[in-house]
Amino acid sequence: MAKITYITKAGEEIQLEASSGSLMELAVKHKVAGIDGDCGGVCSCATCHVHVAPEFYQKLEAPTEIESDMLEFDDNVTEYSRLCCQIPISEAIDGITVNVAN
Amino acid sequence: MSASNFSDAFKDTREAKGTCPFNDQNDPVTMLLRFKDVRKTAHNTKGFSSAAKPGRIVVPSEVNIRDTRQIPFEVDPPEHTEYRALVEDWFKRPLDPDYENKLTQIVEAEIERVLQKGSIEAISELSLPIQSKALTLLLNIPLTEAQTWISWGTHVFRSEDSDLDADKASILYDYIDAEIDKAIAAPDDSLYSVLLNSEYQGRKMTKEEVKGVLILTFAGGRDTVINYLTNTIAYLAEHPEAIEKLNDNPALVNTAIEEFVRYFSPLTHMGRVVKEEKEISGHVAKEDTRVSLCWASANRDESVFENPNEIVLDRKMNPHVAFGFGAHKCLGATHARQLMKVFLRVFTEKVSTIDIIDAAENIEDWGAHKRKVGFNELTIKLNAK
Repeated sequence: MAKITYITKAGEEIQLEASSGSLMELAVKHKVAGIDGDCGGVCSCATCHVHVAPEFYQKLEAPTEIESDMLEFDDNVTEYSRLCCQIPISEAIDGITVNVAN
Repeated sequence: MSASNFSDAFKDTREAKGTCPFNDQNDPVTMLLRFKDVRKTAHNTKGFSSAAKPGRIVVPSEVNIRDTRQIPFEVDPPEHTEYRALVEDWFKRPLDPDYENKLTQIVEAEIERVLQKGSIEAISELSLPIQSKALTLLLNIPLTEAQTWISWGTHVFRSEDSDLDADKASILYDYIDAEIDKAIAAPDDSLYSVLLNSEYQGRKMTKEEVKGVLILTFAGGRDTVINYLTNTIAYLAEHPEAIEKLNDNPALVNTAIEEFVRYFSPLTHMGRVVKEEKEISGHVAKEDTRVSLCWASANRDESVFENPNEIVLDRKMNPHVAFGFGAHKCLGATHARQLMKVFLRVFTEKVSTIDIIDAAENIEDWGAHKRKVGFNELTIKLNAK
């Protein structure tokens, strides 16, 4: 089980727990504002853009070229930007905080 | 040749040159064929405008049959951003469980109806009725209104002998005018009334603006959805194992719809008018000329997609541009995706196999390239479970 904190654009903090799926799926299930996940997680829509807390960013597997290329064209991109459909939930990310980008 | 094979019409030119000219009613278009060029150009709304004369960014151009600007489609940022924000929430309604339930009832009823019939022509007897009835949900109006749209036939702008038929187009425009007048006289909770009540730049939206949103809603989601549904049926007819896989594994539906829409790319391309001269894959795009973003070609680009000419139902990474890309990405995509999901779910639950009896392909003519986009006729027999 991993604890995950989403912080929306409006500053609302949402704490959730899960053991499988992706950060996008969990957010959509709980209607986290700003994470739409339109394409269901195949890296085609960039509607699940988050900024990962720096201390956790390095722990994640590096983004693929396809994900990086998607992010290149999105708004509010920082060095900690990720599409959260590409972040699987596991014990390894327990305690992670992500800020919704858009 | 198999009915569900849609070959990559642009492969050789995309790899050798990256662009190709198409002469459209003396307003030539250079089609951009490579994935990276398409995305980059779609993203660059400053250099490549959508706010040209109404109808000009559409290929074939509609400048001779339409004066109304489609909104937010034919507007550039920053005005585009405000228009889009006005309609965005309405076009997300398809995510509501109630909407999904109603959509499921529509699709179930239509499939049940044709299962009783023996052989049917899939476009006129299944895809068009489903598309039209689903659209009543998006507009939030009574289901019975769909009969009028079904009676128009499959093409809103096209007739037997012409790609652009002004008489046919005016049927839609006159209809929308009349519906807007009705909503003014008796406001309700339809999209017409919601738009008439919306404020743009601190004032109420004009009738012409409301008409612009409605034309976009009707035209953008008609041939595209019909082709998507019909082509999917052709695929399932020739891949009965996929019917079982999809029925047994609901999660597969999510990736399958993205893959079908990539492979079929129901909208071949969309134009832009050049604002700032730029070189793209060797083509010098001069100011006030047209380029088009060829979604269909980009979606088969081998530098991005492994085995691009195969339908891989569980394709994990699928950054397709079938719904466009950037600020102007398809406004109706949420509705389309919900319909695609519901259709696959219901269809694979009720149908065991499909026999194709007759098929006539719809081949688009883009000068040097001929692209199959769907069917003019697809006669099938559905066999119930």
